[in-house]
Amino acid sequence: MSSPRLTALDALHRALGATMTDFAGWDMPLRYGSEREEHLAVRTKAGLFDLSHMGEITVSGPQAGEMLDHALVGFVSALGVLRARYTMICREDGGILDDLIVYRLAESEFMVVANASNAQLVLDELTARAAGFDAEVRDDRDAYALIAVQGPEANGILGSLTDADLAGLKYYAILPATVAGKDVLLARTGYTGEDGFEIFSAPAVAEHLWQALTEAGADRGLVPCGLSCRDTLRLEAGMPLYGHELSTDLTPFDAGLGRVVRFDKTTNDGAFVGRKALEAAAANAETNPPRVLVGLVSEGKRVPRAEYAVVSADGTPIGRITSGAPSPTLGKPIAIAYVDAAHAAPGTAVAVDVRGKHEPVEVVALPFYKRAR
Amino acid sequence: MSNPQHLQYSEDHEWLTAAEDGVSTIGITAHAANALGDIVYVQLPEVGDTVTAGETCGELESTKSVSDLFSPASGEVVEVNSDVVDDPAKVNAEPFDGAWLFKVKLSEEPAGLMSADEYTKLTNG
Repeated sequence: MSSPRLTALDALHRALGATMTDFAGWDMPLRYGSEREEHLAVRTKAGLFDLSHMGEITVSGPQAGEMLDHALVGFVSALGVLRARYTMICREDGGILDDLIVYRLAESEFMVVANASNAQLVLDELTARAAGFDAEVRDDRDAYALIAVQGPEANGILGSLTDADLAGLKYYAILPATVAGKDVLLARTGYTGEDGFEIFSAPAVAEHLWQALTEAGADRGLVPCGLSCRDTLRLEAGMPLYGHELSTDLTPFDAGLGRVVRFDKTTNDGAFVGRKALEAAAANAETNPPRVLVGLVSEGKRVPRAEYAVVSADGTPIGRITSGAPSPTLGKPIAIAYVDAAHAAPGTAVAVDVRGKHEPVEVVALPFYKRAR
Repeated sequence: MSNPQHLQYSEDHEWLTAAEDGVSTIGITAHAANALGDIVYVQLPEVGDTVTAGETCGELESTKSVSDLFSPASGEVVEVNSDVVDDPAKVNAEPFDGAWLFKVKLSEEPAGLMSADEYTKLTNG
């Protein structure tokens, strides 16, 4: 095991007294103080995250859009310039290799952002799948630091540091901008269920940006936030996490995310990697639904955690938990689980096997939390 | 948070008071509470239970993990702190005083425990 990679903000995290954790080979802040307070700050004020472990891959060239239409399940070439889309890369058998956000930076330039744990794999796959296309795949993982500012105060905090038209920057859009005097790519995306921004910059200016945001946010309740609260924030927002809700054993249809698969693509005669298997998976999901991804809420105190079995009222195993945590917003334990379709209706009473004891839980529709707009 | 001098410490990160009338009070250290993160669930032994030094007698759950609670001494549980069961966050806030966990009538002299200085050295190392 080689030593973990450090982000450009590593010295700042240590100065702030962060508890660090190894995440996909990176030494990342897990929390600075109480993860519950960090979580609540993002829901009510704002939080500042170092997400520099995310994997940026640039795809450019005359056929960049067609290449991504072939390589991914989305209809990437139909994306407007400076817009973004949530999509996935699948194997030929339909299994999910990673979930991604693709930003169209220019007519013939796209930035693909992969999970840190899958970034090398995605880079290798995109490179292989680019064969025959007039498109270049470039590893830009070291070219960018990534800072996110998330929460209801994010707009005001960022607005004090930039002349960019934030009101015009829609959800899932991106804009080259100047923030605190530095050139960045400013995206209105996030993984928290709140309004917020993700700021891609050169690593050399990341500390300057972090400090400027910290100062601008000081009287607006902005706090530094670690990966621990990022996980509970995305869980409450019902957003999947690769390795938990998504894996190579599952297709997007199994995960309830069949909408990301665009069979209506017109490029490459509609062909793309995984199409045949995904058509079968789509048909199967219609006629013979696999296990369904649902939310579970507990009235108890014990936390249903990943890999715990879900059982029916009579104790029969009916599913498996993929993520679980105490929800700071709801004040009770929540979980996401795959359960048999017969038990997936909201309101169904089931139980979770918490280390041998069956804790009653109720099936609910996802997400657990939706911000008021 | 420094480790109070008047307590003894176990390798499992519990603390123990000197016995009064044969009864010691037990809790977890600030170091342990901090390592766990926000504690959300505490399961304690019951009054009347026999606990054995070095063996598990309860559970602590934080946002991220589940950890066994070990007893640093052997004996009979004579009192438990229901405040921390009702409000587990208390363990993070005041691990060395208000968030004591349980009291044990010792059946034998505790052994293999550390002084505050030794424990501080262990956890800083």
